[in-house]
Amino acid sequence: MNATRQGLWREAVRRLLEVRSQRWTLYVLATLLGAALLVPLASPHGYATPEWTRILRPPSPSAPFGTDGLGRDLLVRTMWGCRVSLLVGLVASLMSVCIGVAWGATAGLLGGRWDALMMRTVDVLYSVPFIPLVIVLTVVFGRHFLLVFAAIGAVSWLDIARIVRGQALAIGQREYIEAARALGLPPGRMLWRHYVPNLAGIVVVYATLTVPSVILFEALLSFLGLGVQAPLASLGSLVADGAAEMQAHPHVLVFPAALLALLILCLNHLGDGLRDALDPRQP
Amino acid sequence: MGRFLLRRLLTAIPTLLLIATLAFLILHLAPGGPFDSGHVLLPQIQHAIEARYHLDEPLWRQYLRYLADLAHGDLGPSYVYRGTSVNDIIARGLPVDLAVGGTAMLAALLAGSAIGLWAALNRGSWRDRVPMTLAVLGISLPTFVTAPLLVLVFALQLHWLPAGDWVAGSWRHLLLPALALALPYTAFVARLVRASALDTLASPWIRAARARGLGTWRVLLHHALRPTMLPVVSFLGPALAGVLTGSIVVEHVFGLPGIGRYFVGAALNRDYTLVMGLTLLYGTLVVLFNLLVDLCYAWLDPRVRVAA
Repeated sequence: MNATRQGLWREAVRRLLEVRSQRWTLYVLATLLGAALLVPLASPHGYATPEWTRILRPPSPSAPFGTDGLGRDLLVRTMWGCRVSLLVGLVASLMSVCIGVAWGATAGLLGGRWDALMMRTVDVLYSVPFIPLVIVLTVVFGRHFLLVFAAIGAVSWLDIARIVRGQALAIGQREYIEAARALGLPPGRMLWRHYVPNLAGIVVVYATLTVPSVILFEALLSFLGLGVQAPLASLGSLVADGAAEMQAHPHVLVFPAALLALLILCLNHLGDGLRDALDPRQP
Repeated sequence: MGRFLLRRLLTAIPTLLLIATLAFLILHLAPGGPFDSGHVLLPQIQHAIEARYHLDEPLWRQYLRYLADLAHGDLGPSYVYRGTSVNDIIARGLPVDLAVGGTAMLAALLAGSAIGLWAALNRGSWRDRVPMTLAVLGISLPTFVTAPLLVLVFALQLHWLPAGDWVAGSWRHLLLPALALALPYTAFVARLVRASALDTLASPWIRAARARGLGTWRVLLHHALRPTMLPVVSFLGPALAGVLTGSIVVEHVFGLPGIGRYFVGAALNRDYTLVMGLTLLYGTLVVLFNLLVDLCYAWLDPRVRVAA
């Protein structure tokens, strides 16, 4: 069993890497991650220290992305922005996946009245305009970093809950579950041997697709001035700063915007690729 | 059908009540009130203001009072924009949002469906790959990135269109905001339509129609279009919610006098009634639109009609 499970994942990774655009996506993501980690360490410029002698310089060899309105090195700030955005993306996605899987799996496994009640709740929550509510939350309770995580994680679990619940219901109907039940497999082992491996693929795919949507959500909050606090930057707040200066100094907008787009593009593409690679029905 | 409609309308009421309660609790439990920032007031004046807006009452009374007013369609006075009711603000701002959002949704639907169908019909060739690569790019570019870039290119560099502001009825002022709002949805619809069209075109009834010798266009329009559009219809519900929040960004960038631009300011100023009113408006629009989507779905897919 263990060997075949490993085989499934190895097979999926192999299939993913067979696609050329996916290999490139992984290179780009690795480069971005490495740059986000290393550039701020290697650069002599801090992300927060203003340097009044070099305000709004266009890109040059000493400052490849130019400098912003306070003379801060835009490359360093953008890389810090990447760090913040990626951190928010990973932590909040993890949170939303945990809530979503727990909720969806519970509903799908219990079935019956509990299932109906829990899924009605999800339906109702779907109609709640969450972004306005999160805006209210962040405004009202101050812009604490953790709150941004919590707010985003708390609102983005609905899709995963629905998908996991559907999958859990479908698995429950399968013959091998019936066979396992007839053989008297205890519930804990049943969960671990049959449900977890069958749910893992779809959870991985949707977790990958949640990361970019969460990064965008945080960027939206930061763009509206409700996300991270200055002088710390996320890609969203850098785009907002850039939009304010774009008329005379387009580079302040273009670099962070391009980097955000590249990051989201890569993550979306990777999610699509994983979905194809993990779908065993595909040839 | 009538029973289905009634049931959906009845479930909308607890949803809206939940939204109202959530917003009310978050706002009132948060530190700070609408009238305690800025200047120092005489205690008597402070009391008088609080009494005027019933803020001195216990919370449950305020809540019930709000719900009672709400039942009469009265969203209360704005605390910050004195002498203006929340109803007035919505009545002034909503038409702008409906114009921009409606244009954007319509454009996204038409352009997205056309691109998706075209790509599906040319599956595998460059006429499929190029638009679909652009579509992934379109999904990855959020409105707050495209909107400033569009302003930068079309307004500040090329001077083709105004960079912002709003003149009612002027398509030149409508074009850029609607375009910025429409781009990600066009991309999304194009991807959905392509995938769905490929599914449909591979189905037995399309092969049967082709085998009967029907022309390409007849097969497409009479047999393939309706089932192809089903996933798009169910995407419209979440899309509307996205357009609503997207309009907050677009109004911010283009300086449009819609309701979205009040939202952040109202929350910052603890303008309880205005925030509640706008949140409820968003909620109502989402609920209404989801209902509309379900009705469309039932109309397009006979299987759903039978089940309902």
